Amino acid sequence: MIASHLPVLQVVMSLVAAPLCMVLHRGRPAWLLSVAVSWASLACAVALLLQVIDDGAVTYAFGGWAAPVGIEYRIDILNGFVLLIIAAISAVVVPYSLRSAADEIAPERLWLFYAVLNLLLAGLFGIAITGDLFNVFVFLEISSLASYALVSLGRDRRALTAAFRYLILGTLGATFILIGIGLLYAATGTLNMADIAVRVQGQLDSRTILAAFAFLTVGISLKAALFPLHSWLPGAYAYAPSAVTALLAATATKVAIYLLLRMVFLFGPDFIYEELPLSEVIVTLALLGVLSGSAAALLQTDVKRLLAYSSVAHVGYMLLGIGLGGMLGLGGGIVHLFNHAMAKGAVFLAVGCIVLRVGSSELASLQGIGRRMPWTMAAFVIAAFSLIGVPLTAGFIGKWYLVLAAMERGWWWVAAALLVAGALSVLYMWRVVEQAYFHEPHPANADAAEAPLSMLVPLWVLAAASVYFGIDTSLNAGLAARAAAVVLGIAP
Amino acid sequence: MRPEEFPLLLDWGTPLGLPPAFIFFAAAAIIAMLRGDHQQLAKRAVLLLVPVIGLWNLTTLSMGPSWVIDVLDFQLVQLRVDRLSLLFGLLFHLGAFLGVLYALRVRDDTQHIAALVYAGSALGAVFAGDLISLFFYWEGMAVASAFLVWGRRTPESNGAGLRYLTIHLISGLLLLAGALLHFQATGRIAFEYVGLGRVEGWLILAAFGIKCGFPLVHNWITDAYPQSTPSGTVFLSMFTTKVAVYALARGFPGADILVIVGTVMAVFPIFYAVIENDLRRVLGYSMINQIGFMVVGVGIGTELALNGTVAHAFNEVMFKGLLFMTMGAVLLRVRHVNGSDLGGLYKSMPLTTIFCVVGAASISAFPLFSGFVSKSMIMAAMIEEGHDVLWLALLFASAGGFHHAGIKIPYFAFFAHHSGLTVKEAPWNMLVAMALAAGLCILAGTWPALLYGLLPWEVAYAPYTYPHVLIQLQLLTFSALAFAWLKLSGIYPPELRSVNLDADWLYRWLGTRAARWTLGAIGFAAAGIRETARDEAAALGGKLLGRRGLLTRPTPTGAAALWVGALLAGYLFLYFFVPGG
Repeated sequence: MIASHLPVLQVVMSLVAAPLCMVLHRGRPAWLLSVAVSWASLACAVALLLQVIDDGAVTYAFGGWAAPVGIEYRIDILNGFVLLIIAAISAVVVPYSLRSAADEIAPERLWLFYAVLNLLLAGLFGIAITGDLFNVFVFLEISSLASYALVSLGRDRRALTAAFRYLILGTLGATFILIGIGLLYAATGTLNMADIAVRVQGQLDSRTILAAFAFLTVGISLKAALFPLHSWLPGAYAYAPSAVTALLAATATKVAIYLLLRMVFLFGPDFIYEELPLSEVIVTLALLGVLSGSAAALLQTDVKRLLAYSSVAHVGYMLLGIGLGGMLGLGGGIVHLFNHAMAKGAVFLAVGCIVLRVGSSELASLQGIGRRMPWTMAAFVIAAFSLIGVPLTAGFIGKWYLVLAAMERGWWWVAAALLVAGALSVLYMWRVVEQAYFHEPHPANADAAEAPLSMLVPLWVLAAASVYFGIDTSLNAGLAARAAAVVLGIAP
Repeated sequence: MRPEEFPLLLDWGTPLGLPPAFIFFAAAAIIAMLRGDHQQLAKRAVLLLVPVIGLWNLTTLSMGPSWVIDVLDFQLVQLRVDRLSLLFGLLFHLGAFLGVLYALRVRDDTQHIAALVYAGSALGAVFAGDLISLFFYWEGMAVASAFLVWGRRTPESNGAGLRYLTIHLISGLLLLAGALLHFQATGRIAFEYVGLGRVEGWLILAAFGIKCGFPLVHNWITDAYPQSTPSGTVFLSMFTTKVAVYALARGFPGADILVIVGTVMAVFPIFYAVIENDLRRVLGYSMINQIGFMVVGVGIGTELALNGTVAHAFNEVMFKGLLFMTMGAVLLRVRHVNGSDLGGLYKSMPLTTIFCVVGAASISAFPLFSGFVSKSMIMAAMIEEGHDVLWLALLFASAGGFHHAGIKIPYFAFFAHHSGLTVKEAPWNMLVAMALAAGLCILAGTWPALLYGLLPWEVAYAPYTYPHVLIQLQLLTFSALAFAWLKLSGIYPPELRSVNLDADWLYRWLGTRAARWTLGAIGFAAAGIRETARDEAAALGGKLLGRRGLLTRPTPTGAAALWVGALLAGYLFLYFFVPGG
């Protein structure tokens, strides 16, 4: 009985938890509720994914109204995988946030924090799970508004301007997406994605469809922080509370990239890769993002900002996969969604531990922190290896597929650029490692102790996952390959 | 042509053995766990026992691949035993033993651990049967050896170590890229003959070339080696470049370009070595000179040449290690090794002087010393293959090598004008290590059959013939005369207290500036970087676009919104007009 209602539970649990947090009106009970919900969501996502693997796509008609009329939830391997990423990260980050949020957020706002956090998760789950295009927009707004609020909770006053900038640009992106959806509706007369996918095929050369696609691409690119539309990201990540940064970095941009993958599915790979010159454009922009993000990371003096620019670079990797196309390219991009979520989540959690103990994420204040917080920094280094793409870590898998995909198309310059970006990422990660291990401890962290266990355990779960999924790739690479087949229309 | 295709001459026993790298890594872990000074004795016992246990382990290995780990689609072979890998395995165990003995009294566990991991990685690289494992050990060597450079703990060594690590990590990345392309093209990841037929061949050659010290990428040798600790440099001189020579011999035998590259390597350092004042840097140049001979040998690629190459690599580890040991002893006692301020040390360090002279005689290929029996094999192979002009160039390089390594090093350090320095003789462990190395140099020189029996291919070469001995003695005599005449007539460049920059100018001066400008330019182009690159952007922007230019205006949100509009227009244009529509 429950099993048939799993799709709706996935979203509703978080959605209901949000007002409940308001009712609870205190930090710790709200946290407990959020942990329970996040773990239940993970269980739900796993059960759904297993169901999809066994029986193929799962559909759920809301209120019993059948698809074209009512709203439909539809889960295939692709969004089942994305749901798993979001649920897994939230199940790790929410427990972590107990100490971190208590330290960075005023106690009288703590339950608000958890309420908004649950709203954000409901929005992200909703975007991923729904089969209705307008529903995507609604959930996109829910998650975006929640993330603006979460960013503004950062204790640095600059968090407010960062959140404002995020708000302006995010709204711009959402508006573009809405315009795109409207145009698509005008052209096809339906909002159901499966329906649209069928109906656009006859009229792919119509101006309305092309304009709809242009608006959607730009809007989603903005949400995904694709170069040159990434300028909201560094500030938002740098000044948001640590737990929020980890959650946003690991999930929010991933969902936008999922939407782009869904667009490829909607319009059909033939249209995207054969008829439009999109491949070259996306690959060029993605590479510019990879290189400029890596180079900018090299110049930062704040670790959170450094990692934020590294995120710009990694978004570039994922988009590069979409741009290259084919099983290898899409598979590489999709698997990097998962692997980057683990590794970037881990490094941001490590920085959160440092912020808790040192009170700053300035690079200079990290001097000698390797001796004060050996476990935190060890996990950071492991996850950094994964971000660099060292073989036998998860980060290597995605990059390897991308290089192979570039080779397959004979684009040597792409492989060369990836190599350069790899070298840059070694350098910017080295700057952190050098500060942490090759200097006498800074006065600012003279009395810093190791982070509490409630933060170390989530951190190490993600760091260990970064290594585990680099060695046993059957789960992440296997699912990514099947998801790529879904996007390409090879598999249902 | 390839080693594994040749029949075995020795059976190495039952299949018991471990990959040698594992033994060294385990020992490094043990040293790391033994804390505190009171366990000094235990540490020393572990250090000395490791190479001995390793040597015993080596005798238990059986030919062929074993210890295969399946990861992803790859079969990672940890232990590929053939005559080529065994010879280098034996060599590195001997080298590691001499090294740890020489470093026995160092009270810095980091250096011991780094040395063991470094030696283990070198052994791992030599026994790795596939390119991915090779890459791992390659990077392991880079990181571990960088800690040996940093072990000196001076600002200079910090900088040199970082430059050293960077260039070796780049080498590793090139190797990985080449390996993956190789896998993509052939579906095989085994490390066998690579050749230069495809792009991946050139990538892998570039990776090996960096580690080998090819011209223009040789600077890490002369930059980092003089900055390391006395014992650190001994380790450094033994492994990295020899692993590269091994890899070249396996991957690129008979690649013609290597004959040219090797000749350039053999010739150009002798000019730098003459004007260099830091005697350990002179040895660095001398090392490039010697490796040049080996690279030539790989490039010729005949059995005689390849035998000569590995034999010379074997001997070079001994005599170059020995020379670095003697200079390390001087550094330990005098605190510097500047030729201009040394001299007359033979009185206070008589044994070290004798060992240095043995090393110098070996490196100069004096008859009865080790260099004589191996370098001549390469030279003979050159004549056989008809490289007459290059042969003359190598002869010149030999004479030059004799002059800077054979005469300059012992002369300025131990003889020359008396500098008034009176110091203690080197400590016992260093003396024993030097004595053993000197003994091996003489043994190889007087009983070449012993060395020849270990070589990958059967040797039908006799070093001690009248013409060969006579020619070599003439060469040496006239070079010595030239040195004496130049010195007496005052033409010889005086030992100046100076630092010479060579091609490292490219990356230490030009490179840093180019990097700064490139980053500045990127900062100008990308709105997000503006905050940190503000100065450059403002200066450039003021000239190009004005202070309120398109990309430099201080309203990031507006600028980003502009990008959104521009991108939309771009996409619309593309979708409407570029394809068929």
